[in-house]
Amino acid sequence: MYDFDYHKPTTVADAVALLAADPDAKAVSGGHTLIPALKHRLNKPTSLVDLSGIAEMKGIKQVGNAIVIGAFTRHVEVATSALVKSTIPALAYLASHIGDNQVRNRGTIGGSVSNNDPAADYPSAVLGLGATIHTSSRKIPADEFFLGMFTTAMEPDELLVAIEFPIPEKAGYAKMKNPASRYVMAGAFVSKGPAGVRVAINGAAACVFRQAEMEAALAANWSPEAVAGIKQPADDMNSDIHGSAEYRAHLVTVMAKRAVAAAG
Amino acid sequence: MDTGVENATPFAGIGASVKRKEDLRFLSGRGHYTDDISRPGQTHCWFVRSPHAHARIASLDTAAAAGMPGVVAIFTGADMTGIGGVPCGWLIHNKDGTPMREPPHPVLAQGKARFVGDAVAMVIAETRQQARDAAEAVTVEYDVLPAVGMDNALTPGAALVHDDVPGNLCYDWHIGDEAAMRAAFSGAKHIVTLELTNNRLIPNAMEPRSAIGDYDPTTGDHTLYTTSQNPHVIRLLMGAFVLNIPEHKLRVVAPDVGGGFGSKIFHYIEEAAVTWAAARIARPIKWTADRTESFMTDAHGRDHVSVAKLALDEHGTFLGLHVATRANMGAYLSTFATSVPTYLYATLLAGVYTTPAIYAEVKAVFTTTVPVDAYRGAGRPEATFLLERLVDVAARDTGIDKLEIRRRNFIKPDQFPYQTPVALEYDSGDYFSTLEMGLKAADWAGFEARRAAARAQGKLRGIGISTYLEACGIAPSAVVGALGARAGLYEVGTIRVHPTGSVTVLTGTHSHGQGHETTLAQLVCDQLGVPFDKVDIVHGDTAKIPFGMGTYGSRSLAVGGSAMVKAMDKIIAKAKRIAAHLMEASVEDVEFANGEFRVAGTDKTKAFAEIALTAYVPHNYPIDEIEPGLEETAFYDPKNFTYPGGCHIAEVEIEPETGHVRMVNFTAVDDVGRVINPMIVEGQVQGGVAQGIGQALLEACVYGSDGQLLSGSLMDYTMPRADDLAPVSVATHTTLCTHNPLGVKGCGEVGAIGSPPAVINAVVDALKEYDVRHVDMPATPAKIWSIIHGSAQRAAAE
Ligand SMILES: Cc1cc2nc3c(=O)[nH]c(=O)nc-3n(C[C@H](O)[C@H](O)[C@H](O)COP(=O)(O)OP(=O)(O)OC[C@H]3O[C@@H](n4cnc5c(N)ncnc54)[C@H](O)[C@@H]3O)c2cc1C
Repeated sequence: MYDFDYHKPTTVADAVALLAADPDAKAVSGGHTLIPALKHRLNKPTSLVDLSGIAEMKGIKQVGNAIVIGAFTRHVEVATSALVKSTIPALAYLASHIGDNQVRNRGTIGGSVSNNDPAADYPSAVLGLGATIHTSSRKIPADEFFLGMFTTAMEPDELLVAIEFPIPEKAGYAKMKNPASRYVMAGAFVSKGPAGVRVAINGAAACVFRQAEMEAALAANWSPEAVAGIKQPADDMNSDIHGSAEYRAHLVTVMAKRAVAAAG
Repeated sequence: MDTGVENATPFAGIGASVKRKEDLRFLSGRGHYTDDISRPGQTHCWFVRSPHAHARIASLDTAAAAGMPGVVAIFTGADMTGIGGVPCGWLIHNKDGTPMREPPHPVLAQGKARFVGDAVAMVIAETRQQARDAAEAVTVEYDVLPAVGMDNALTPGAALVHDDVPGNLCYDWHIGDEAAMRAAFSGAKHIVTLELTNNRLIPNAMEPRSAIGDYDPTTGDHTLYTTSQNPHVIRLLMGAFVLNIPEHKLRVVAPDVGGGFGSKIFHYIEEAAVTWAAARIARPIKWTADRTESFMTDAHGRDHVSVAKLALDEHGTFLGLHVATRANMGAYLSTFATSVPTYLYATLLAGVYTTPAIYAEVKAVFTTTVPVDAYRGAGRPEATFLLERLVDVAARDTGIDKLEIRRRNFIKPDQFPYQTPVALEYDSGDYFSTLEMGLKAADWAGFEARRAAARAQGKLRGIGISTYLEACGIAPSAVVGALGARAGLYEVGTIRVHPTGSVTVLTGTHSHGQGHETTLAQLVCDQLGVPFDKVDIVHGDTAKIPFGMGTYGSRSLAVGGSAMVKAMDKIIAKAKRIAAHLMEASVEDVEFANGEFRVAGTDKTKAFAEIALTAYVPHNYPIDEIEPGLEETAFYDPKNFTYPGGCHIAEVEIEPETGHVRMVNFTAVDDVGRVINPMIVEGQVQGGVAQGIGQALLEACVYGSDGQLLSGSLMDYTMPRADDLAPVSVATHTTLCTHNPLGVKGCGEVGAIGSPPAVINAVVDALKEYDVRHVDMPATPAKIWSIIHGSAQRAAAE
């Protein structure tokens, strides 16, 4: 780790001001992605802006027909929230299967979604439920948020403040874990509700994406069988020592089928 | 047993599941490891390591780094004049009798880096962070050369890892009778051929390696604190071959060590570097690896590619075996690297079978990867995987049942001692009994019903067996010396009886998780009748222990425990003479049992503690005949290896959609000789099986074609987690070792040796309907899916 300055603002405005003042400053939320990167000296921020003291970034609440989750909400809080479990059980299920206890006790939804790791869990729920991202300066629909590997529509001095999830009629999530890291090899988050029928695929490609053919099939016939025969082309799938592009493409179909079955 | 005595000390002798003494400190975070040690004035070291697999060092500039805050000194290969390289401990000869190629392994790279992680410079600073900061400021210009891997090392024209080693060939060795093997093959009804790899593994002890060099300029004494399984071996190798420090001026301390699995046997360059540099700067220097460095620089394990051929007659009797293996040595020869694919591997190829003609050829190959050396089992897992897979394939190809083909070829109980065609003579074993016990415990007979039930759930269930044998406690010194070992393989034990009758044992073995502080103490309870809490085991410090060869190859009890028994024999002999004097009897009439000396046939007795006191307070003492004191040392050099063996049965369930293999059940029935502490044996077998399942299903060390380590962290290297495993049921069936005084064989490695073929045999069995003959390890979901998918595609095309 290299030396850095440390700030702990108490408002979003102060945090944004600190980030705007220094292009090499970085926000730190749960730190479960950023701190390992610092320890490996892969990152050299001049200062860290700790988000843990900002009350307006915390908590889970229902606003109309949506669940709004503050960016600084730990995975364990989403996993165990009675509100989330009763309104979007698939989201609580997803959160309860991120990493292990230590990871869930530290990692936050805002950190995970801002980071947009292709193998992360949350981005599939955000895209698969058609959520809206509330940042320090605007609202961004999920469909416009995830731009590519580790890349989002946010500016460097923009902060993710909360995520607004419309409550779906049905939703389900299934993933195949990478045997080593236990991040996602291929996953599918499916839902039917105010945002239409959605199938978001994570883990398999460079960035979470919607599977249009499966969405159309499910819109016509919401059942596991409807997606079971749909083949994901392998062209843009990831390929590494854990699995080929063909394997991941195959898993996309299997996970979509399981996610629909889980959604009921 | 009702002793009639209330609150009697619980029995802590041989056969008792005494709780591990050491666990109180380990489980409460009070272990004391090398990195916990801080010497006064200590500095810290960070190594500059090559980012390239193979490169000439065009230039190396340390000037900027030397001016960085806190920097004390920077050394490069150019500074290390007048010292040797890290030696290899075993000389292997080629088929033609010439010695193997043994290129130097310099402490810091000399002109060329040969693997990603090869140390190029060492930076010493006041803090670890400062050392690391300065290390980044060392500029090295590399001329990158082609990487050399197992796939291209032996190809004509391949780049040379060492300029003076033609063809990257370390040795081309063989064992057995080639003519007899060829004759057996020419008369065979069946010849079964199998090509297989034994996947390369990264050991990953929980505690990373660490070393502290310390030097006292007033006395010239050097001390090395290090994470080692064998401090005396390190003293010998580093003192005599690298730094030219005589033993009396070099102390090596290996305090609590958090797991080794073989990877901490070897003498590593970092140990020599900190010891050497500490004397140069006259300050202590600490180096501790981070996990990334552990992945890149701890010696890896396995990495064989083999072709195996088995000749059988029409009844399935094994007639001959021919094995040709290529073994990866990595970039340099690690301490025992050369012995692993030869004398620890090919000598095991008879297994538990009466195959009369065996011939094995092994080519050891240099590549631009981290050195490869012994890892839990060392050579024996490779042999066992090859043989137990080959036997299963032979059963399949000949249509003979896989249990029946094994029984037909087993060495029978009345054939011991059994001389194999590959050098070893087995002293004892009972493979029929361990097989029957295993089949019963695993409910082999009920398997087809379980397969059918799984099928109804869409799962493919399989069962697999391995009837294995291994060789532990490598010895005797004279034999291994003749085979090229550059060390003796005896062990040393000192029994120090204190005046009030408590006992300190000094053992040359080293415990790094095995529970020696408990098991070895039980030997003393048993033989001297001293209560458990009056016995302490001391190990891991060359200043305290007379000598020793350390712990590896499941040798500690069979060799180290036997040395203790010999020393205790001497204690008893001397104590009897003292007792005879006190009781005014002749020595021949004095008996010793349960901690009491008795004149035979009388009620005259003396307690052990009384004799101890008399030995140290010799007021009424035969001082003209015997010296005072009660302390004895014995060196024990075994007559033979020991031969644990048994039967492992794995049951797996495959999810065809994803290819995921789930372990459902694992049964181990092992013959480890006499069991001293059943609980510790069970733990050792379970741990070994966990590593074996890891190798079979999960672990793969992968280098890219550019020589970069792709599985260089826990994000990409799959260590087994609890939920990857299944309940492991452990039972033992004992035949005694016939040549050591305890009758013990060793239990540290059986789990890792017996289990991988059982698991893969189960996987292949589960894939029955896909006409699968072999699956290489690890059986990852992606690999299994592609087998199933490939077969479905072939079926569709037909
Ligand atoms: C061992 C391990 C296993 C894991 N397994 C999984 C897994 O299975 N699935 C999974 O999905 N994840 C997994 N994770 C990742 C974990 O969930 C992380 O917590 C998450 O990816 C990042 O969240 P964080 O709060 O820790 O973010 P941090 O590490 O604090 O930050 C991550 C990045 O996001 C930026 N950032 C943080 N908050 C904001 C914000 N509000 N606005 C703008 N930018 C912001 C930071 O500057 C940084 O660049 C694992 C992590 C570990 C260490």
